[in-house]
Amino acid sequence: MAPAMVATRIEAAWEALASVEDPEIPALSIVDLGIVRSVAVQSDGALDIGLTPTYSGCPATEVIRASVDTALAAAGLAPFRLHTVLAPAWSSEWISAEGRRKLAAYGIVPPQRNSERPPACPRCASIETDCISEFGSTPCKALHRCRDCLEPFERFKCI
Amino acid sequence: MIATPGYVLRLADLSLVLGQRLGEWIGHAPAIEEDLGLANTALDLIGQARLLLAYAGEIEGRGRSEDDLAFLREQGEFLNPVLAEQPNGDFGQTIVRQVLIDAFQLQLYERLAASSDARLAAIAAKSVKETRYHYRYSSGWLVRLGDGTPESRARVQSALEKFWPLTVELFAEDDLDRAMAQAGVAPRLDEVRAAWDLCIDGLLAEATLTRPADRSYSWFGKRGQHSEHLGYMLAEMQHLQRVHPGARW
Repeated sequence: MAPAMVATRIEAAWEALASVEDPEIPALSIVDLGIVRSVAVQSDGALDIGLTPTYSGCPATEVIRASVDTALAAAGLAPFRLHTVLAPAWSSEWISAEGRRKLAAYGIVPPQRNSERPPACPRCASIETDCISEFGSTPCKALHRCRDCLEPFERFKCI
Repeated sequence: MIATPGYVLRLADLSLVLGQRLGEWIGHAPAIEEDLGLANTALDLIGQARLLLAYAGEIEGRGRSEDDLAFLREQGEFLNPVLAEQPNGDFGQTIVRQVLIDAFQLQLYERLAASSDARLAAIAAKSVKETRYHYRYSSGWLVRLGDGTPESRARVQSALEKFWPLTVELFAEDDLDRAMAQAGVAPRLDEVRAAWDLCIDGLLAEATLTRPADRSYSWFGKRGQHSEHLGYMLAEMQHLQRVHPGARW
């Protein structure tokens, strides 16, 4: 395959993958979350997509694979293969800057490196907040509460 | 050098059996936050078990899938330490069982991340991030219960006495452990023990609990010798596949 065609095919694949929403946090795509590790064209012309699981027990992992299948097929990108990448392990550091911005806009506090510091409330920006639960509504979120506006909010777990 | 299927199964079964036990709390925990905490920990553990079981099946080379290994083995073929299969008891007992195992997995996975078996190293490096989070949860609760009311303190101290003898097995090296350590696949268990002791002693001091005396102990889940509790747990866990063999979602 000509190099220009390979580049176009890879670009089209990234575009299709960027349209795949995370089933738990639809504001983010799987590219924003850092789930897509690699896109390459193999010598036989097939696309090879490397995907990494987030939390080992995340129930969304299989839904994501199925959505990737559908999105690539719909974009006319067959033949393609998906493979799982375990190393280096996913952590919240893999979420892109764009992903962090989208999380904040969606009302979920993005993961912070210094997770000992209380997060600012996404509604009123107060830093008078408490952690209610280390575990939230999905494996990737913890539950917090603002002491000023009294609203609960979620924060992406930092692992 | 890569691990033997038996060694990987020991790791897998610890996570699987403990994850299944924690799952029994769903809908029964003392508060919604604890329901979520225990359920999320269970999910991580079962996820880790799936990665390990799939790998064990591959290196065994007999075509057994992760599901075959989880649902179609008999009690005597499970290789988890007996501590993991102990019934949940009250919330204090669950927390004590959890913190003893979280601290063990934490020390073990940190070292397995440097295994000569690249696949096992990758699974360990991934799992240790989650295990740190589990330990933060269970150790936080141990301190609150230990340094809490006379009632909560009495309950966790008694759970500690009950489960302590079962921790012996975690560190008792047998031929398989020694072979894996010699091959650079696994760490030496006395090294894991020293790190675990340091971690647990500090935690017990903070929780104002007393470390029980070590007692001798001579039967081993990691060789397939289990307490009566595992059979009942498996009867429930494997029910669907036993009644409808090969059933799929």
